Amino acid sequence: MSQATLAVRRISGHPGPAPGDDVERDFQVCKLVDTTTCIGCKACEVACLEWNGYSFTDTVFDNSYQTMPETTWNYWNLIKFNEHEREDGSITLLMRKDQCMHCADPGCLTACPADGAIVQYTNGIVDFQQQNCIGCGYCVSGCPFDIPKFNPTTKKMFKCTLCVDRVSVGLEPACIKTCPTGCLHFGTKDDMLDLAETRAKQLRENYGIEKAGVYDPAGVGGTGVIYVLHDVTNPEAYGGLPKDPHIPWVVRFWKGPAKWIGNLAMLGGLLGVTLHYLRYGPKQVDEAKDGNGGKP
Amino acid sequence: MTNGWIDIKNTDMMLIMGGNPAENHPCGFKWAMEAKRNRNAKLISVDPRFTRTSSTADLFCQIRAGTDIAFLGGLIRYAVENNRIAKEYLVNYTNAAFIVKEGFKLPEDGLYSGFNEASSSYDKTTWNYEEGGDFSGKTDGATPAHATPASSNPATPAPPPALPPNIAYDLTLQHPRCVFQLMKQQYSRYTPETVERITGIPKDQYLKAVDLFTSVRKDGDMKKVATIIYAVGWTQHTFGTQIIRTAAMIQLLLGNVGRAGGGVNALRGHSNIQGATDMAGLYDSLPGYLKGPIPADTDLAAFLKRTTPASSKPTPWDSFNYYANTPKFMVSLLKSMYGDAATKENGFAFDYLPKPGQDCSWTHIWNDMYNGKIKGMMAFGMNGVMIGPDTNKNINALKKADWLVVGEIYQDETSEFWKAPGITTDEQKTINTTVYRLPCAGFAEKDGSMTNSARWVTWKYAAVPPPGQARLDQDIIAQIFLRVRDLYKKEGGKFPDPILNLSWAYADAAHPPLSQVAMELNGKALADLTDPGTNQVIKAGQQLPGFAWLKDDGTTACGNWIYSGMWTEAGSQVQRRGTEDPSGMGVYPNWAWSWPANRRVLYNRASCTPDGKPWDPERKQVWWNEAAGKWAGNDVPDFKPDSHPKDHMGPFIMNPEGVGRLFAPIGVLADGPFPEHYEPIESPIKNPLHPDRSNNPLVTKFTTPFDKFGTPEEYSIVCTTYRLTEQYHYWTKNNPMNVQLIPEPFVEIPVELADEKGIRGTDKIKVISARGTYIAKAFVTRRLKPMMIDGKKVYQIGLPIHQGFRGITEDAGRDARTPANLLTPSVTDPNAHTPESKGFLVKIEKA
Repeated sequence: MSQATLAVRRISGHPGPAPGDDVERDFQVCKLVDTTTCIGCKACEVACLEWNGYSFTDTVFDNSYQTMPETTWNYWNLIKFNEHEREDGSITLLMRKDQCMHCADPGCLTACPADGAIVQYTNGIVDFQQQNCIGCGYCVSGCPFDIPKFNPTTKKMFKCTLCVDRVSVGLEPACIKTCPTGCLHFGTKDDMLDLAETRAKQLRENYGIEKAGVYDPAGVGGTGVIYVLHDVTNPEAYGGLPKDPHIPWVVRFWKGPAKWIGNLAMLGGLLGVTLHYLRYGPKQVDEAKDGNGGKP
Repeated sequence: MTNGWIDIKNTDMMLIMGGNPAENHPCGFKWAMEAKRNRNAKLISVDPRFTRTSSTADLFCQIRAGTDIAFLGGLIRYAVENNRIAKEYLVNYTNAAFIVKEGFKLPEDGLYSGFNEASSSYDKTTWNYEEGGDFSGKTDGATPAHATPASSNPATPAPPPALPPNIAYDLTLQHPRCVFQLMKQQYSRYTPETVERITGIPKDQYLKAVDLFTSVRKDGDMKKVATIIYAVGWTQHTFGTQIIRTAAMIQLLLGNVGRAGGGVNALRGHSNIQGATDMAGLYDSLPGYLKGPIPADTDLAAFLKRTTPASSKPTPWDSFNYYANTPKFMVSLLKSMYGDAATKENGFAFDYLPKPGQDCSWTHIWNDMYNGKIKGMMAFGMNGVMIGPDTNKNINALKKADWLVVGEIYQDETSEFWKAPGITTDEQKTINTTVYRLPCAGFAEKDGSMTNSARWVTWKYAAVPPPGQARLDQDIIAQIFLRVRDLYKKEGGKFPDPILNLSWAYADAAHPPLSQVAMELNGKALADLTDPGTNQVIKAGQQLPGFAWLKDDGTTACGNWIYSGMWTEAGSQVQRRGTEDPSGMGVYPNWAWSWPANRRVLYNRASCTPDGKPWDPERKQVWWNEAAGKWAGNDVPDFKPDSHPKDHMGPFIMNPEGVGRLFAPIGVLADGPFPEHYEPIESPIKNPLHPDRSNNPLVTKFTTPFDKFGTPEEYSIVCTTYRLTEQYHYWTKNNPMNVQLIPEPFVEIPVELADEKGIRGTDKIKVISARGTYIAKAFVTRRLKPMMIDGKKVYQIGLPIHQGFRGITEDAGRDARTPANLLTPSVTDPNAHTPESKGFLVKIEKA
């Protein structure tokens, strides 16, 4: 994937610091999805396919307008539909554009053991580098949004790139460009947060939508994709958006303390063996006792 | 649209009904979202289903399909009762104050005065204004100034009723027979309880909706504006034109017509359907909405007498009555068509025009073909078998035709009607229709003009040439014409003149450049012309600047008067791409060209008070400039430029009265001057307002074996049909991209109905009407709730129309290959002849 002008801030499975870390002062890019003006037209689904050069797949009707159940290795952007019953008993149709959230603290990158298979640029985009991917699937355990998807033929993992090839040359992502209602916005994280908060406030004050708010989960350090939701207290209603996403403690433990414990265990073991040898010398075989292969 | 797409961003309130723009006009819908984002505008969605439009709405009402007049009539009642009306606008710009003739009767029993049962038609003599003068403040009186003269000689028929030149009026709106009082009386029956009985919308929910919509006119305050947006959910009923009329009345009552962000806005479907209707792709009109000739028009003079209105108004008021210029439009059209063969002596070749003596609209074509009267058909980019209604009837009509020519870009159901599911190979052997398939150019392979819903005419360019042997539409039509003309030259025939004398002066007769056709539509001078007011001279052969230059003496030619101005001496106006919008109201005066005369908002004079000042100073469209002595503005004034406000010229310049019509007098509509709620022809209940006269009395039924109708006892479910964002009518089922997004046909059914029948989502089910069976997977949803209609529990279901018996999924054998229009009935609106595809009866069962 083209990196063009971008510098790298973090690299998966990499010893030592990333070469680009603290080299540039980059603005975090951010995609704002306003679910209150999304009409579920799927133009963004098609734009993503076409920009990334994927062909159309066979799909099946499954009691929903939703094109398929989940994103796949070659379908990175999916509108999720949910017929939701409000508190007053009325029904509404919630539609949420689902794709990689480009977390500030990405679980996929944290979990990934392969050096350079996942990078995070200084602008916040989290990108899979398939040439370094070993197809172990650890990123799947790390991601609280169930985004990384496996290509069974090439054995590599894929996901939305936030159109890094477009963004790195100053263009907006394909989905942003194509959205007909202006429900998708792109800019710096600060600007998009401001726009989102303004919109949420407008909904609360002028439309009586009291629980309108911005979804920018702190559990992953905030995300490169933020949502304006009619009801920010109930993100699960929007096609299963997790309420409090964070990197699973198992992954953190495995890539954090477990490593040190493991190192300690190995080092300790080596030290112990050495000390034992120094103190007690090599193991002595007792000839007198050991007439029949050492049995007493 | 009276207004436009971008103009929607100026609104404060949207009522979206009989339409689903989020799904069917996603790009245009951005302007509705802009209004919400930037103006805190509110959106009310009224639909038989909770759609993707409804998910952006502030208020949703689920309505029984076909009961829109009940809803809207109740809205009128609510507005009047709660004084949420634009009083000054009403008195001065509408016919609210006009007094109606004695003898006019409202349809409490379902019939207006003058109904003739035998002919299923009305004698509209009483649907007229009283003649007289100012009866303001006098509630008695307004007796006729003189009685309509009885015919002195019984052999000569009385002249057809006409509007009186001098209308009686009461500016206090108190006279019992003034339009305002009659309208109030008409809708007094549409109480919230009655609306609930008919529409199924619970009273509280209904009151919330009408309260919200009319809140823009609270206490008569004029600053805010509301718009009404609709599409074929309204037009495709046997009372479709009357539904739209009710909306027009509401917008006049609330003073929203002519205002930015207001108006009555039809969302057209196909890319250039507006262009098609403008150019009279309809049997009963001529280009520019001139009336079509009928056999009673024995010559041009008779035609012009019948179709040119005389002004009709209160004496102190002015009326521009712009259709008084009909002779100029008509003669210029004839000169454009027949050139030198059209002379003053021969009535400008008026005799060359066909004068249909019968209904030749869509459903009649198929009926006539079934009955052997129509032998062949040319179908261009139009899939008649899929469109229906009553697909089986259309297929069986084609079986009887001698020949069929289909111009298309792919194999469609119409050209393969003989392979429809259910037709055996033995039966195929008995079908003698010769089918010709002409490969045509796709939309990206041809240039030409496109007119959108907002009346903006743009020019599009071909991206790629047509492939293989495909030809451009105009080339095909031209080449057929040239050969027919040759045959007439060689062999003669019955009245060859109209063919031999048709103008065809294109640079390449067999490949007419569309730019030349566009120039013909604009019109040119045939002799030197001088404007007496400005002394401006236009030389013979020059393009005309606009329709104000048209003449009725044969010195101008113009193919379509409303398009005059699109291609002037200054060049092609429709190719302009100016992106400036100084007023910020989305006018973009230099982008493309809108008819008429590049006006963006029609009737915009009504955006000002009677003395010429904008009702809302923050949305100034036009205004009276006293110093310059003319109307000026950010938009082109839709008015006589120098008419001083004190002359009280009406803003509705295309009506002989000059004002908007709450009451539609004689000649306007066939079935009534006020809309009245009638049930769809197939309905679950009798009309609560008049059970003995449930349906529109003017609707007639065909009598072929395929014209069957069901009773609610057998077919208890109300069914509606619709379109999806992801597919476009009947051709995208050939495109992998669209098929990926919506792979298979389905039927949306309520959860409760599914439970009753033991149906689960994606189970295959049959939807059966008296006319046919549609088989698809069940889409069990909570977005369609069961309804209580007049005390009876009624289910509504809906199905998209996009799949047929040929396409990617169809050819792979992955669905049942049943077109949706197998179900729909062939009954139509008596004014516009649109079929009732949006509300009929079915039953369902597991397949």
